[in-house]
Amino acid sequence: MSDGVQVFVNGRAVVVAPGTVVAAAVALAGETEFRRSPLGSPRGPLCGMGVCMECRLTINGQSECRSCQTLCETGMRVQTHD
Amino acid sequence: MTDPAFQFEVVIIGAGPAGMAAACAAASSGKKVALIDNTPWLGGQIWRGEQGHPTMPQAQKWIESVRRSGVTVLENTSVIAKLEEHKLLAEHPNGPREICWQKLIVATGARELFLPFPGWTLPGVFGPGGLLALVKNGWPIAGKKVVLAGSGPLLLAVADGLKKRGASIVSMGEQAPRERLLRFGLRLLRHPAKIIQGLGIKKRLLGVPFRYGVWPVKAHGGERVHRVELTDGQRSWTEECDVLACAFHLVANLELPMLLGCKVSQGFVMVDEWQATTAASVYCAGEPTGIGGADSALVEGRIAGYAATGQLDQARALFAERRSWRRFQAALAEAFELRPEVKKLASNETIFCRCEDVSFERVRNFSGWREAKLLTRCGMGACQGRTCGAASQFILGWGIESVRPPVMPARISSLLIKN
Repeated sequence: MSDGVQVFVNGRAVVVAPGTVVAAAVALAGETEFRRSPLGSPRGPLCGMGVCMECRLTINGQSECRSCQTLCETGMRVQTHD
Repeated sequence: MTDPAFQFEVVIIGAGPAGMAAACAAASSGKKVALIDNTPWLGGQIWRGEQGHPTMPQAQKWIESVRRSGVTVLENTSVIAKLEEHKLLAEHPNGPREICWQKLIVATGARELFLPFPGWTLPGVFGPGGLLALVKNGWPIAGKKVVLAGSGPLLLAVADGLKKRGASIVSMGEQAPRERLLRFGLRLLRHPAKIIQGLGIKKRLLGVPFRYGVWPVKAHGGERVHRVELTDGQRSWTEECDVLACAFHLVANLELPMLLGCKVSQGFVMVDEWQATTAASVYCAGEPTGIGGADSALVEGRIAGYAATGQLDQARALFAERRSWRRFQAALAEAFELRPEVKKLASNETIFCRCEDVSFERVRNFSGWREAKLLTRCGMGACQGRTCGAASQFILGWGIESVRPPVMPARISSLLIKN
């Protein structure tokens, strides 16, 4: 396999395989909760294919990104709970 | 003025089996063809590769065909609106795109149907197909205890895929009764390849409990799912799990065809023998015209691609094959028809609209979708009603009257583009 890709999830460095989506990197960083609903209940990805928007978070300062459809790139900064 | 780089004779939306087949067929006419997809990959959800590398030989073959065909592939491109006749507005990470077409083929595929039940919003509850898509792109599953429940042939295929990647499959529950699935198995004799595929999966899942006539009633957990309660209508029991993969078969992605003015009947886009919709110069192929899987989608896609480029003899030569897959579609719909009990899983307190946290109690007594939206914000959140709208159609019998642009959440800068 080629070299890993290093991304930062809530400031914590995680090295993932190339071709890994951001949602998976968040899970690999040990986070189970991606966001909170309007009434405060914990949420994570549901549909895995860019439909439900439950996996949305902030990537490199851009909010509302669908993490299940976005590939990890070296140095990416990912923030849950946007 | 649209960038000439984005002016095409044929544009295909969706790069799954139907879209790829349509693109190859259309390109064989020598016309300028574009294939658009909102993901970074070719193959759609059904042929999602392993971290970007296609794993199924059939997928590999079609991806290579697309690459050789001269088709322009526009990946990471989400169509969000129709700007005017023959012009689409799409969003790409580098900015908005105006895409012009003379013929348009819509191949937007299907998504999983989620029905609300207590606990379905807990992290760790996924759609089976969605979970496998995530796992193929790095989501950690090895050693995790997984319960699969709901309905559809995907349950088995996903269980197989997860087990191969080290998951521990606790159990599988299919809501359809055993007799119906046995009848479906017999009808598959027309499609021997499907039987062989199915038997292979069954063999690999030997020892994993598979129950017919079983459905989930509640997911338990605090910060994430820990247990799921299942029932066969007579008795209930719970199973420990780290992950619950649950969906109730598939529904067509109709937002884009509806925005383009295609007439829809009983949940599917209406097409004629050429896969032409009721909207001028707009064709449709694959799951939006009926749930039939990849092979069915390939035939429809090829017919649409040929027909849209005036290659009518080539299209007509595929009609017999399509007829056979239409019978398969009908058999599939009959076998996995949802039982009425799964309409009643949500309690009053159960969240119905996940985006806006609207409870079932607040929406159940409205007469229709529009009224519920206006008065509760149900379906007005980030997913734009894709999840609860589909559930409301099944549970409450509501119809989705209209679709408004942008069909996907879009950046303000994309919407400020000048016509």
